[in-house]
Amino acid sequence: MDLYREGDPIADTRAPDGPIETRWERHRFEMKLVNPANRRKMTVIVVGTGLAGGSAAATLAEQGYQVRSYCYQDSPRRAHSIAAQGGINAAKNYRNDGDSVHRLFYDTVKGGDFRSRESNVHRLAEVSVNIIDQCVAQGVPFAREYGGLLDTRSFGGAQVQRTFYARGQTGQQLLLGAYQALERQIGLGNVEMNARHEMLELVIVDGRARGIVVRDMVTGEISTEMADAVVLATGGYGNVFYLSTNAKGCNVTASWRAHRKGAYFANPCYTQIHPTCIPVSGDHQSKLTLMSESLRNDGRVWVPKAKGDQRSPREIPEDERDYYLERIYPSFGNLVPRDIASRAAKNVCDSGRGVGPTGLGVYLDFADAINRLGRKAIEAKYGNLFEMYERITGEDPYEVPMRIYPAVHYTMGGLWVDYDLQSSIPGLFVIGEANFSDHGANRLGASALMQGLADGYFVLPNTLANYLASSGPLDKVDASHPEAVAARTDVEDRIKRLLAINGDRTVDSFHRELGQIMWEHCGMERSEAGLRKAIDEIRALREQFWQRVRVPGDGEGLNQSLEKAGRVADFFELAELMCIDALHREESCGGHFRAEHQTPDGEAQRDDDRFAYVAAWEYTGTGEPVLHKEDLTFEYVHPTQRSYK
Amino acid sequence: MNLTLRIWRQHGPEDKGRMVTYPVQDVSPDMSFLEMLDVLNERLILDGEEPVAFDHDCREGICGMCSLMINGEAHGPQRGTTACQLHMRQFSDGDTIDIEPWRARAFPVVKDLVVNRNAFDQIIAAGGYVTAPTGSAPEAHSVPVPKADADAAFESAACIGCGACVAACPNGSGMLFTAAKITQLSLLPQGQPERYTRVIGMVDAHDEAGFGGCTNIGECAAACPKGIPLNTIGRLNRDYLKATAKRAGS
Repeated sequence: MDLYREGDPIADTRAPDGPIETRWERHRFEMKLVNPANRRKMTVIVVGTGLAGGSAAATLAEQGYQVRSYCYQDSPRRAHSIAAQGGINAAKNYRNDGDSVHRLFYDTVKGGDFRSRESNVHRLAEVSVNIIDQCVAQGVPFAREYGGLLDTRSFGGAQVQRTFYARGQTGQQLLLGAYQALERQIGLGNVEMNARHEMLELVIVDGRARGIVVRDMVTGEISTEMADAVVLATGGYGNVFYLSTNAKGCNVTASWRAHRKGAYFANPCYTQIHPTCIPVSGDHQSKLTLMSESLRNDGRVWVPKAKGDQRSPREIPEDERDYYLERIYPSFGNLVPRDIASRAAKNVCDSGRGVGPTGLGVYLDFADAINRLGRKAIEAKYGNLFEMYERITGEDPYEVPMRIYPAVHYTMGGLWVDYDLQSSIPGLFVIGEANFSDHGANRLGASALMQGLADGYFVLPNTLANYLASSGPLDKVDASHPEAVAARTDVEDRIKRLLAINGDRTVDSFHRELGQIMWEHCGMERSEAGLRKAIDEIRALREQFWQRVRVPGDGEGLNQSLEKAGRVADFFELAELMCIDALHREESCGGHFRAEHQTPDGEAQRDDDRFAYVAAWEYTGTGEPVLHKEDLTFEYVHPTQRSYK
Repeated sequence: MNLTLRIWRQHGPEDKGRMVTYPVQDVSPDMSFLEMLDVLNERLILDGEEPVAFDHDCREGICGMCSLMINGEAHGPQRGTTACQLHMRQFSDGDTIDIEPWRARAFPVVKDLVVNRNAFDQIIAAGGYVTAPTGSAPEAHSVPVPKADADAAFESAACIGCGACVAACPNGSGMLFTAAKITQLSLLPQGQPERYTRVIGMVDAHDEAGFGGCTNIGECAAACPKGIPLNTIGRLNRDYLKATAKRAGS
């Protein structure tokens, strides 16, 4: 193919060997430590204050490092982890239903369609139990049973009940726990918090990440901050699709700027399309709203058996309904993993049986559960979600079934990191959704919160210490270093360039159009012809963007159009890489479904002989990225075709 | 439907600011309130004007970033609903809608409808936490928590920190926000050891940040999009009284 070159494979991921149960424990012992007196002399920059960044910044400060924390929101409490609804997985086995660290490990590797690293996933399962302990100690008000012990529920892709939750606001409660720990450290003077600051460039000195260039979004001031190490916890890139369940401000800029400076970007085409979101209502749509996967515990998904059936759902008799997930996947039923549920919804809608004004919707029906458990019980479990649905659609889901449709939700791809969560740039660590590490080609429900907190509370603080101790005292550098000055000049030039175009189209109009290209050709189903077309269209639109975009105002103060313009410019570059990655991966796996590669009954057809690797892309600046392959080996969970039937 | 918007425009903290009228046409009832502002901003940009700056992020009612005074009501007319979740079907063709920022001494205006709510973070930093350094936690089931306490703690913990309570209060008081966190932590066994130092620290920080005092008016609870009840403040007051008595006695 003409779009990329293949470079050397990745030789070392720093993953330890030996029995998988002992790898993390042994690695922790073998890693070097920094003594408490020396920690006080070291500065760590943490960008992002979600579950990963907030927990990391708090923990590093508790350990004695000088921490500088940055977020684009007006407060660290608002990072988008806050919107996670359903829950957090942990292998506590409080239900005595056969759960264990090994089973969580197994489910996650299988759920990721055998495209993740066994060592990483096992470590995640091990520390999952510590996360629950930590959060309870912080005062996170998890749901409890009458005896005062913690309640759990089921989530997709698992047959045990290992998901801990706080009504439909688990992400909010876990994030506030981390935020409060962070605020405590801010109050103690151990963390310097910089809200409404946006990272726009990475500074590399002598091959190591040593700082960032940030813009104060209120004053417009550009400044360069130097440190001993940089941690990116800047979330995923789902907003490349314009419409997604991400917050409006979520962006790829920090990751992309690091990528342009040499950090490999891994598996960018692995995106998660969540099956249960409120359908698009019109052209004005600015974002999509998720209805938690937990609803599939009690809701039944169906469409009419007949094409174009226009009757209201309550008038359609039982035997004229197709509960297609229960029919096709009898053993997991409505709780199949997200990728499978989304594609099934697309298939029934493509066959003309979709519901609602656009035909792009399926029913999620609670009538049976309300009859069985009573309205009160359903209210207690999902009340806030039902209210939210009614506010947005004007329909009462206690009376008429919800209408749902898949939407972009999470990105499994991200900056490549080794077992220590260090990117291909020494001193640059990447945690949470921003890295690619633990979910393979599909993330299971309630695993994002687990990974964010695992990285921030329990993994990074160990591996970062090892880096700092191993690299010895680094040279003192400040913002006058030529590399820092060059990075800052790049940022200033770019802002000037965006402001100078003064064209005839808004940033949002470009973003919307880019999103449509991506959704159509790099969304739930991809094909070679579609991806090639998308790459051409993205390149043409990007050229238009740099000629015709209009960014009003100046760079001196708060300028929300300027913020958006910089982010969309980076999404254009990422979008092309996503399509190249999707095109090169001539197989279907997890969230990546290639029309050419499916089993006779329409399931994803992996090609383990050719594609059992992580695709880590190196930026070259020529438009022709270089592919580095990291081979994946499976010693404990043997790849099979994933079956939820 | 067609509407007339009167929006507060203010270039920066030093500018005096004023209401500016903008007609908007063809508003769909299915639009969210913020999507209606998006449409206005797209038009302003193409007309060569500066778009209206407003805070928003998740647009699903949980991040607490959106902060609009709509027709004099914090987050607008619909109970229990943030501005981002408010939909235009709540309005009628021909309506005139006033849109202003939160107005409170502790929340200075940054630009247009954007205010600085850093004072809330300062209140949390002064005690709104349980000291539990990472790694020090006991096994989660070592301390059972009665379901009723856990549920009540959750109700208070649902606060999104948006500041509607402050904007609605004639005194500009942040007591409902402060009390919500105090109530959550004082209901849980994990919050007991710091219970009384917490309430003193947080109330002091609240007062220092320039919030007004609480005189039990109750506008805060009526405006709260998460339904935090007014009696939460009573719980704060009890704890505060006990804490000052303890301090006087020691």
